[in-house]
Amino acid sequence: MNLTLFLLFPLFTAVAILIAQNSKQIRTIALGGSLLQLGMAVKLLLAYYKERAAGNTSQMLFEYIQNWFTPLGLQYHIGVDGISIAMILLTSFIVVAGILVSWNMETLSKEFFFLLLLLSLGAYGFFISLDIFTMFFFLEVAVIPKFLLIGIWGSGKKEYSAMKLALMLMGGSALIMVGIFGIYFNSHTSTGAHTFDLLLLSKMNIPIEIQKLFFPFAFLGFGIFTAIFPFHTWVPDGHASAPTAASMFLAGISMKLGGYGCLRVATFLMPDAAHAYSWVIILLATIAIIYGAFATMMQTDLKYINAYSSVSHCGFVLLGIGMLTQTSITGAVMQMVSHGLMTALFFAAIGMIYSRTHTRMVAQLGGLLKIMPFISTVFVIAGLSSLGLPGFSGFVSEMTIFMGSWQNPDKMYRLATILACASIVVTAVYILRAAGKTIMGPITNQSYEKLSDASWNEKFAAVVLISGILIVGIAPFWLINLIQPGTEIIINKLGAVISH
Amino acid sequence: MSHPIYIALIPIIPLACFFVLGLFGRKYFTNSAGIIGTLGLLSSTLLSLVTAYEYFFVSGKINGIYQKIEVVKYTWLEFSKGISIDMGILIDPITVMMLVVVSFVSLMVHLFSLGYMKGETRFATYYAFLALFTFSMLGLVLSSNIFQIYLFWELVGVSSFLLIGFYFEKPSAVAASKKAFIVTRFADLGFLIGILILSFYSHTLDFGVLIERLTSTGSPFLIAINAASFLGVSALTWGLLLVFIGGAGKSAMFPLHIWLPDAMEGPTPVSALIHAATMVVAGVFLVARLFPVFAISNPEALKVVMYTGAFSAFFAAVIACTQTDIKRVLAYSTMSQIGYMMFALGVSKYHGEEGLGYMGSMFHLFTHAFFKSLLFLGAGAVIHMVHSNEMKDMGGLRKLMPITHLSFLIACLAIAGIPPFSGFFSKEEILMASFESNKLVYAVALLTSGLTAFYMFRLYYSIFWSKEADTHQAHHGEGTWTMKIPLILLAILAVVAGFAPISSWITADGNPIHSSVPISFSVLPVSLAIAGILFATRLFKTSNELPQRIAIQLGSFYTAASRKFYIDEVYIFVTKKVLFNLIGRPAAWFDKNIVDGLMNLLAKLTASLSELIKGYQSGKVQDYALYFFGGIAGLIIAFIYLWK
Amino acid sequence: MSEVPLTHILFLSTCLFFIGIYGLFTRRNMITMLMSIELMLNSVNINFVAFNKYLYPEKLDGIFFTIFVITIAAAEAAVAIAIIINLYRSHHSIDVEDATEMKY
Repeated sequence: MNLTLFLLFPLFTAVAILIAQNSKQIRTIALGGSLLQLGMAVKLLLAYYKERAAGNTSQMLFEYIQNWFTPLGLQYHIGVDGISIAMILLTSFIVVAGILVSWNMETLSKEFFFLLLLLSLGAYGFFISLDIFTMFFFLEVAVIPKFLLIGIWGSGKKEYSAMKLALMLMGGSALIMVGIFGIYFNSHTSTGAHTFDLLLLSKMNIPIEIQKLFFPFAFLGFGIFTAIFPFHTWVPDGHASAPTAASMFLAGISMKLGGYGCLRVATFLMPDAAHAYSWVIILLATIAIIYGAFATMMQTDLKYINAYSSVSHCGFVLLGIGMLTQTSITGAVMQMVSHGLMTALFFAAIGMIYSRTHTRMVAQLGGLLKIMPFISTVFVIAGLSSLGLPGFSGFVSEMTIFMGSWQNPDKMYRLATILACASIVVTAVYILRAAGKTIMGPITNQSYEKLSDASWNEKFAAVVLISGILIVGIAPFWLINLIQPGTEIIINKLGAVISH
Repeated sequence: MSHPIYIALIPIIPLACFFVLGLFGRKYFTNSAGIIGTLGLLSSTLLSLVTAYEYFFVSGKINGIYQKIEVVKYTWLEFSKGISIDMGILIDPITVMMLVVVSFVSLMVHLFSLGYMKGETRFATYYAFLALFTFSMLGLVLSSNIFQIYLFWELVGVSSFLLIGFYFEKPSAVAASKKAFIVTRFADLGFLIGILILSFYSHTLDFGVLIERLTSTGSPFLIAINAASFLGVSALTWGLLLVFIGGAGKSAMFPLHIWLPDAMEGPTPVSALIHAATMVVAGVFLVARLFPVFAISNPEALKVVMYTGAFSAFFAAVIACTQTDIKRVLAYSTMSQIGYMMFALGVSKYHGEEGLGYMGSMFHLFTHAFFKSLLFLGAGAVIHMVHSNEMKDMGGLRKLMPITHLSFLIACLAIAGIPPFSGFFSKEEILMASFESNKLVYAVALLTSGLTAFYMFRLYYSIFWSKEADTHQAHHGEGTWTMKIPLILLAILAVVAGFAPISSWITADGNPIHSSVPISFSVLPVSLAIAGILFATRLFKTSNELPQRIAIQLGSFYTAASRKFYIDEVYIFVTKKVLFNLIGRPAAWFDKNIVDGLMNLLAKLTASLSELIKGYQSGKVQDYALYFFGGIAGLIIAFIYLWK
Repeated sequence: MSEVPLTHILFLSTCLFFIGIYGLFTRRNMITMLMSIELMLNSVNINFVAFNKYLYPEKLDGIFFTIFVITIAAAEAAVAIAIIINLYRSHHSIDVEDATEMKY
C-alpha cells in the first residue's frame, strides 16, 4: 500500500477541479475524488489488518523514506499505525460528507472545492508523516485554506473570525515550531547529526530539563488547535462564521490535528515532561470540559452551541492524554474519532436548517420535526450522540476515558474525573434545551411550514456520518483493537519513565 | 439452558422491530406497524415464558438451589486486561421473572395501543419507540455486566424520553421529557461513578465475578475496597451508595422522584409500560442484582436504601391523597409502591429465612407490575373516553364502561392489599419482613398501606361513582376489543398472581424458603386497608362537602401536599437560579469578555504598537535615507566607543 | 616638492561626502538628489584612490574598486533616470515629496 496516494489523490482532484468547465463538473469531480479517498482509507484499513494478520509487528506499517533536504535531515518519512488509520478514516468520512452538503455552492465553487481538497490534503499528510518537520509542513497546509474558506464564503463577522482563527492557529504553529526545533537540536543520532525523524527520536532520551523547557511549547501549540483553555476562543467565532462544510472540516478534522499532535509529538517524544506537567494538562482540560459545558448552556445560536460543546468535548481528548494511562489515551483517540463524526453531523444538520430557515437562533426556531422530519431526526441523533448515548460513538469514547482516568489513583485526578463525568449531565441539559426548542414544541413561524425536507445529497451526507457514528458506537471493539497497539507503544515509553 | 440462542432472541426481536419500523415505518407500514410490533412482541413473550419454564422447572436448579447461569458472553469493549464491557446474558431467578413481567406487560401495552393510538400520524414511530424501549429493558434485565446494565440503563432513559415527548408539539410534554431525562441522567452520574469505584477495586465489571470478589470473606479485593476511604466512609459504601443513587433516580425515590409525575405527559399506555411496571423498577432490580454485596459486605448502605424507600413510600402516599389528575395519583402511588420494594430490600438479609424481605420485594415487584399497569391502562381507557385527566371531569362512568370499571376495581383491591387479591400476599411478606427487622419502618409501612387504600378508592370513586353523570355521552363506547383484552388479562393476573410460589423460586441466596404469614399478623394491615376504603367511600362515593371541609381543616398541610411539598420549586430554584444564573451565565460572560477579551486585547495591543511605529514608514525616500545614515552613524559611534 | 599629506585628501573627500549628504536630504528634486549621490560616490572613489596610493602603493585594488564604482554609478544613473522619467509620467513631477504612496 503506497501511502503517498493519500497525497496524490486529493492533489489530482484539486487540479482537476481547477481545469473543470462548469460547476456541475466541479462538484462531480470533488465527490468522485472524495469517494476515492474513502475507498482508499477503507483499503488501507484492510491492508493493515492483512499485514498484522501476516505477523508484521513493526510499529509503523507501509513506511517509506525519501530524503528531502539532507543537510538539515529533513525527510519525507511516512508510515501508519492504528491511530493514524483511525484518523485517516475519520478524515475521509468527513470529506465526503462535507462535499455533499456543499453540493449547491454556487459562488466561486471552483475555489471552494479546491480549498476543501487542499485542506484534506494537509490533513492526510499530517496523519501519515513520521517526520515532525513534514508534519509541521502539512499542518500549515491545512491552516491556510481555513482562513480563506471562512473569510470568503463565511457569514456574519467573517473577516474578524477568519483573522482571529488564522492568527491564533498561527500562534499555535509558532509555538509548535519552537517545540519541534527544541527537540531537533537536542537529538543525537548515531552519526551525530540532528534529526526530525519521529521513530528515531522516540528511541532517544532527550534530557529531562530540555523536555521540560520545550514540552509546554509543543503541547500548548498543538493544544491551541484542539481548543485548549484559555486559547479556545477561535472555536466559537470561527465555527459560527464558517460555511457549513468548513465548520465540519474545522471541527471534524482540524481540531483533531491538534489532539493527534499533542499525543504523537509532545507526549510521545517528551514523556518525562508529560509526567511532570500532566497536572497542568488535566487542570486545563477539566476547566475546558466543565466551563465549556456551562458556557454552552447559555448560548442562543445553534452554531455557538455546537462550537462551545466542541470545546467541552475536546477537553475530554486532552483529559485522556493528560491522565497518561493506556485506557485513557486510547479513549482520547476514540473521542477524537467520535467527536469528529458527531460534531460534523451536528454542523451538517445546523447548516441544513439554516439554509432553509435563514436563522440559527434557538428562540426563533420551533417544531421543525413536523416540517422536516429527516433533518430533525439527524439533529436529534447528533444531539444524542453528543450527550453520550449508548449505541452512538460518544458513549464508548467517553466511557473509555472515564475508565482510564479512574485508573490514575491520585485524589485530585479522581476529582477531575468526577467533574468530567458531571459534565455529561450538563451536556444533556443543553442538548435537550436546544433540541426541545428547535425540533420539538409548536411551530413558531408559519412561513416555515412550506420548507422542504432534506435533498438527496444532504441525506447521503447524513447517512455517511451516521453510519460512521453507528459503526463505532455499536461495534467499538474493532476501533479499540485498532488503536490499542499504537497507544501501547506510547504508554510503554511513558511507563519506562516511571521505572527509571 | 441448552439453547441460548432463543434467549438472545427475546431482546433482539424488539430491536429488529425498532429498526424496521423506525426506518421504513412511515413509508411502508403506516397502518400495519402496530400489528408488526405486537406480533414481534408476542414471540418475545412466548420465548420468555419458555425460558421461565425451562429455568424454574427443568434446568435451573442444581442441588435445590437456583443457579446464576451466564448463557452468552461476548467482549464488546475491552478497556484493559480483565476490565471489559461484555455483552452477556445472565439468567437467574430475578432475571427470568423480569423477563416475563417486561415482555408480558409490554405485549399488553402493544395490544392496548392498537386501539388507543389509532389514527395518530406517527403511529409507526410510536411502535418503533415502544419496541426500542422493550429492547432496552429486556437487555437491562439480561445484563451480565455492570457496564452493560449501565448501557441499557441509558437506552431505557432515552426511549422513555422519546415516548414521554411523543406529543412533541405540546410544550408541557417536551418539558416533561427533558425533565425526566435530565433528572435520571443526574442520578446516572452517581451510578457511573459508583461503577468506576467498584470496578477499580474489584478489577472486573462482570456481575458474577464482582459479587464473588466483594462478598467472599478474606478476599483481597474486599479488604482493599474497605481499606480505602474518603471523608471517613469506605470506598465500598461510596460505591454502593452511588450505584443506589442511580437506582433511586430511575425508581423515582425521594428526592429524585420529581420527574415521574410530569412524565405522565406521555401517552397513557406508555405510562403503563414504563412508569408503572418496568423502567421504574429498574432501580429495585439493580439493588437486587447487587444484593449480596449490599447484604453481606455493607449493611450500612443497605440501611440508606431502607430509609429512602420507607420515606418515599410514605411521602408519595401523602401526596397521592391530594392530587386531582388521575395519572398523577397513579404516578405517586407507583412511587409509593416502589418505596415498598426498596425498603423491603433494605430490611432483608442474605441467608435463608432472613432473606424474606428480598423475596417480598421481588414478589411485590411481580404483582405490582400487573395491577399497576392495569390501573394505568384502565385510566387510559377512561381518558380515551373523557378526553381529560382531571377527576372533576369524570364520575359515574361505571355504567358506560363496565369492563374497565370491574378491572379497575380489582386492581384497586389488589393494591390496597385486600385478600385474596395479589397485592395482599406480596405486601404481607414485606410487612412481615419489616416487622421482624425494624419496627419504625414497619409502622411507616402500615400507615402507608392504609393511605394507599384510601387514595386508591378516592380515585376509584371519583372516576366511576361520585356523580350520576349522563353528561358523558359514549363517543366511541368503551374502546375496541384490543383495548379490552389487555384489561381482562391483567385483571385475571391481578387476582391470581399472588398465588404464584415466588418464595420457592426467587430468594436472595437461591434456596427456597417457606414463608407463611400467620393470619393473626394479617388482621391489622387488612383492617387498616378496609378502614381506608370505608373512609374513602364515605367521602367520595357521592359528591358531598366533606372532602372540602377536611381539606380546609388540614389547612397549610393540605396545600403543601397538593403542591407536592414544593420539591419542584426547590429544583427550579436550584437549576434556574443557581445553575443558570450563578454558573452558566457568568461562565458565558467570562468567556466572552475575559478570555476572549484577553485575546482581543492581545490583538489590540499589537495593533496599537504598530500604530505607534508605523509613522516611520512614511513613504518619503529622504526619511528612509536619514534613518539609514543615522543608523550607520549610530553603528559607527557604537563601534568606536563601545567596542572594547 | 613635498607630498600632499593623506589627511588633506581625506578632509577633501569627507567634505565632498557631507556635501552630498546635505544635498540628498535637503533637495526635493530627484535629479539633484541623484547628483548628490554621485558626489558621495566620488568622495568614496577619492578615498579608495588615496588609501591605495598611501597605504599599499604596490597594489592596484583600490584603483580597480574605483573603476568598478564608476561603472556601477553609470548603470545606476541610467536606472535612476529611468525611474525618474517614469515617475514624471505618472505624477507630472519629479519632487520626491509628491511620491509618497508607498507608506503604511
